[in-house]
Amino acid sequence: MRHRLFVSGLALFALMVVMAIFADFLATHSPVQVRARFRFRPPSLDNFFGTDNFGRDIYTRVVYGARLSISIGFAVVLLTAIAGTTIGLISGYFRRLDNLVMRVMDALMAFPTIILALALAAALGPSAFNIVVALSAVYTPRVARVVRASVLVVREADYVHAAHAVGASNLRIMLEHILPNSMAPLVVQLTFVFAYAVIAEAVLSFLGVGPPPPTPSWGSIIAEGKDYIREAAWITLFPGIAIAMTVLGLNLLGDGLRDVLDPRMNVESR
Amino acid sequence: MGRYIVQRVLAAFPVLLIVTLISFCIMQLVPGDPAVVMAGPQATAKEIEQVRVQLGLDKPFLTQLGTWLYGLSHGDLGRSILLGRGVSQAIAERLPITLTLAFLSFMLTVAIGIPAGIIAALRQNTWIDQTVMTVALIGVSLPNFWLGLMLIIFFSVVLDLLPAGGYVAFSQGFWPWFKSLLLPSLSLGLLQMGLLARITRSTMLEVLRQDYIRTARAKGLPMFKVVAKHAFKNALIPVVTIIGIIFSLLLTGSVVIETVYSLPGLGRLLATSIFSRDYPVIQGGLLLTAAMFVGINLLVDVLYAFLDPRVRYD
Repeated sequence: MRHRLFVSGLALFALMVVMAIFADFLATHSPVQVRARFRFRPPSLDNFFGTDNFGRDIYTRVVYGARLSISIGFAVVLLTAIAGTTIGLISGYFRRLDNLVMRVMDALMAFPTIILALALAAALGPSAFNIVVALSAVYTPRVARVVRASVLVVREADYVHAAHAVGASNLRIMLEHILPNSMAPLVVQLTFVFAYAVIAEAVLSFLGVGPPPPTPSWGSIIAEGKDYIREAAWITLFPGIAIAMTVLGLNLLGDGLRDVLDPRMNVESR
Repeated sequence: MGRYIVQRVLAAFPVLLIVTLISFCIMQLVPGDPAVVMAGPQATAKEIEQVRVQLGLDKPFLTQLGTWLYGLSHGDLGRSILLGRGVSQAIAERLPITLTLAFLSFMLTVAIGIPAGIIAALRQNTWIDQTVMTVALIGVSLPNFWLGLMLIIFFSVVLDLLPAGGYVAFSQGFWPWFKSLLLPSLSLGLLQMGLLARITRSTMLEVLRQDYIRTARAKGLPMFKVVAKHAFKNALIPVVTIIGIIFSLLLTGSVVIETVYSLPGLGRLLATSIFSRDYPVIQGGLLLTAAMFVGINLLVDVLYAFLDPRVRYD
């Protein structure tokens, strides 16, 4: 059962990654070209998911939206992994800094995620890069806390004391002994960060601080379709399904990884 | 116990201080001149200067911070540029709607999430468990603003049962008021419902494995009583700890949900302020929401100590 869920999660996520990478081949139309004659076409063999108020093919825009969402997700995961690991390692290893660093992390985590990300993204200006920066700032504390927690356990292990005894440097101990042994919860947490990042990107784009139009983003397609839900619900429907499939895949993946790698971790670490 | 509470309160202070600093400093992140950005693209040099003076941006950073903190200590968060009035006043007007929405959502979350989790745990590995958990997983995976739009399509456009948006004041009758908040609180609550069902199930499974449950069963107590008297209370303890997180998720969700359903609450105020770069409101909103989160977590910590006496020895 568990195994099957994990595999279906992997399959869903892989599907989205394939869509992102091969968007140019999978697309049937141009994602941005306006074709006034083809406005509001319902789903058909020609336009699988219908067309929007500019006559653009929704299927094509959803496919390109995958490229944006998946790249932003990966970028956020990469940045939070680097920043969160560094902060978590330092905080867990050098106990003097721990208190200050963790209070700053607590403070960052006290802000409702979307509100903070929205404020940051709006302050920095609407672009994909700034969304990555804003979301990374929001999710880094979560990663840092997970890394720190496992560092606190690992640093008391005999092999770490042994490494100290034979004169290994702090940096070496952190990178060679502590980090690899803190990997499991980190990987699980990063899977969930990916999922949050995909949703958060959609929310920010929906609210209008995402990459400027006509860049196809799942959130902004939904925002454009919002005004036409009575006549053309398909504009809103399909990008939402794409978001849900991606996030569901990542959640299944994260649950599965947690069961395999770290059975003690709880659902509540989000 | 008293010492534990004092400890928790003291620990919350530095966090609050940093929260205050972060809220204030967001404005410093704006590339270029915030006065130019805020005055808008058509503003004349004089108008820009006016905004600069009004916000005190012509003064050094520490003076600005000092003025803001001084105002804060008097409950004054400055004046909104867009609304032309006090930030605290603007927030105070809109906060009740957001809190009502959050409260309704929370009630739905608890009323559905906890029983669902318990039932799933009691029927572990049956089709009931699998169905509940699948629904819960889908619940935590659906983007709430999209779910909100889907609910509008179904309940307002197709069935024409509920309004597609807008807020009806309580003074205009319970039903119209309730109907205007039902879809928003459903779309806002689904994520938390899923989360809570998942957590309740896993803690319940853990509790059901305990010796005292076996003892209770062995002495002939029916399963229903075992669950109601012994398991439920203990399974609830870890659930309490995530109340803070749930509250934070509700606030975060209110920004989009209030936009989707055109509800004049705090979330919508913050969203519009962020777009119009009304920084005093953004600062105040950030500070308030984060401070509420810190406060709620403090309460949760204390509550937790009451529920589980073991934590006091920490």
